[in-house]
Amino acid sequence: MVEKVYMANVNKTFQEDDKILKVLKDISITLNAGEFVSIIGPSGCGKSTIFHILTKIVKGYGGIVKIDGVSIEKQNKKIGYMPQKDLLMPWRNLLDNVCIPLEIQGIRGKDRKKRVEKLLPIFGLEGFEKSYPYQLSGGMRQRAALLRTILIDSDILLLDEPFAALDAISRSNMQEWLLDIWQKFKHSALFITHDVEEAIYLSDRIYVLSHRPAIIVDEIKIDFPRPRIKEMTLTSEFIGYKKRLIELLR
Amino acid sequence: MKRSEDIEDRLFKSIKIKEKYVSVVTILILVILWQWITYFLRIPEYILPSPTDIVSSLIRSKDILWLHSLTTIYEAGIGFIIAIIFALVIAIIMNQWKLFKVSLYPLLVISQTIPIIALAPLIMIWMGFGSLPKVVVVVIVCFFPISVSVVEGLATVDKDLLDIMEIMGANKFQVFLKVKLPYSLPSFFAGLKIAATYSIMGAIIGEWLGAKRGLGIFMTRTMSSFKTSDLFAAIIIVVLLSIALFKIIEWVGRKLMPWNREL
Repeated sequence: MVEKVYMANVNKTFQEDDKILKVLKDISITLNAGEFVSIIGPSGCGKSTIFHILTKIVKGYGGIVKIDGVSIEKQNKKIGYMPQKDLLMPWRNLLDNVCIPLEIQGIRGKDRKKRVEKLLPIFGLEGFEKSYPYQLSGGMRQRAALLRTILIDSDILLLDEPFAALDAISRSNMQEWLLDIWQKFKHSALFITHDVEEAIYLSDRIYVLSHRPAIIVDEIKIDFPRPRIKEMTLTSEFIGYKKRLIELLR
Repeated sequence: MKRSEDIEDRLFKSIKIKEKYVSVVTILILVILWQWITYFLRIPEYILPSPTDIVSSLIRSKDILWLHSLTTIYEAGIGFIIAIIFALVIAIIMNQWKLFKVSLYPLLVISQTIPIIALAPLIMIWMGFGSLPKVVVVVIVCFFPISVSVVEGLATVDKDLLDIMEIMGANKFQVFLKVKLPYSLPSFFAGLKIAATYSIMGAIIGEWLGAKRGLGIFMTRTMSSFKTSDLFAAIIIVVLLSIALFKIIEWVGRKLMPWNREL
């Protein structure tokens, strides 16, 4: 089976005037169909750059990058990318915000609404269709952004620290809920985080990145059964993983 | 949470209302002071009319003032609308083609440094004494604040938002229509508000240099015949017209952008 995302020995340097900044060094990452894989590393190590390369926001890199077996230069497949900021448009209400991917695809207003209305309860957003982003809580904004990402209609999700801005309680709720969504829609997901527990709880595998220039320090397989339950975080195995990751990140 | 926001909103509103009262009271005190000074110092009406003189002038000349106002409103309105259309077209072109912006933007700024009072007589020489040169003056003074604010608004669109639109497969036209245009709407309206006050002033400068009708020519006539209280009456009309236009734009902005909390 073809890897959903395949990166081999990817290098990336940024050049600004005469300063050369090496960000990524020999990064090799694979994401198989149906997998949930996390990338963890210290802040500012260049984790987001990996997503920027995959979404072609950043051009020019060394190495091989393929999506669905096709190198990204030739690959026109859309990717469900969710950046750190929710990027909801302040001038659109919630419904119109999440509908943007459908609007871009040229789907008509009525059909858009029909499709989205079914999904709103799953995302805990029903009853807020007409609310503007400033009227929504942080968690709701994040869920709206995720719904918009899912409506891009890609089987690949790239999630860049989606819960970084949330408080501990809504963060924990959102993690459980994200696993639900991921299982329901059968996506393959790459997830960037700097939270060790979050990575262990959510992932099948974790790539651990070093400080800049980021290299892959280790790849850890998480052997917990699915569906995951919160109680799992209290087991000695979980704490074992946690110890190991914290060591690696030091 | 919703409830506490409501309370906050109400508090904010009540402070705003109080602020309004304070400014009204300040104006009233100044007017009373003015009345007293002209009365006790026996200042003649042709030097400085008292507020009551001005009010009686307003009442006495209301028909003629109305007639002149209509001309000024017409010239300012037409000029304002043309300026909006021009400014939008130029700003959009500047945003889409970098070369156009680089070559035209400095010119735009330089053009703004030319004093309009020096340019207006020239325009009169070219176009005569009808309404056209006044409209042209209005377009010139209104064009700059609108175009600059739209250019700035379009240029400051969140880069991440543009990126994500592209990732979702949006074409250039969709990006413009769905992101850039609404994003720059608040700065467009900020420019409109500045231009609105300029528009009445522009029309008056044009009329000042020669016209058949309009508040500008009315003002020059009152000055040459030392009817200073009539001049003040005209000034009050100008102020009221400018404020009215300003308020209309603010209202349209609020209706068009219910999401914009700054208005």
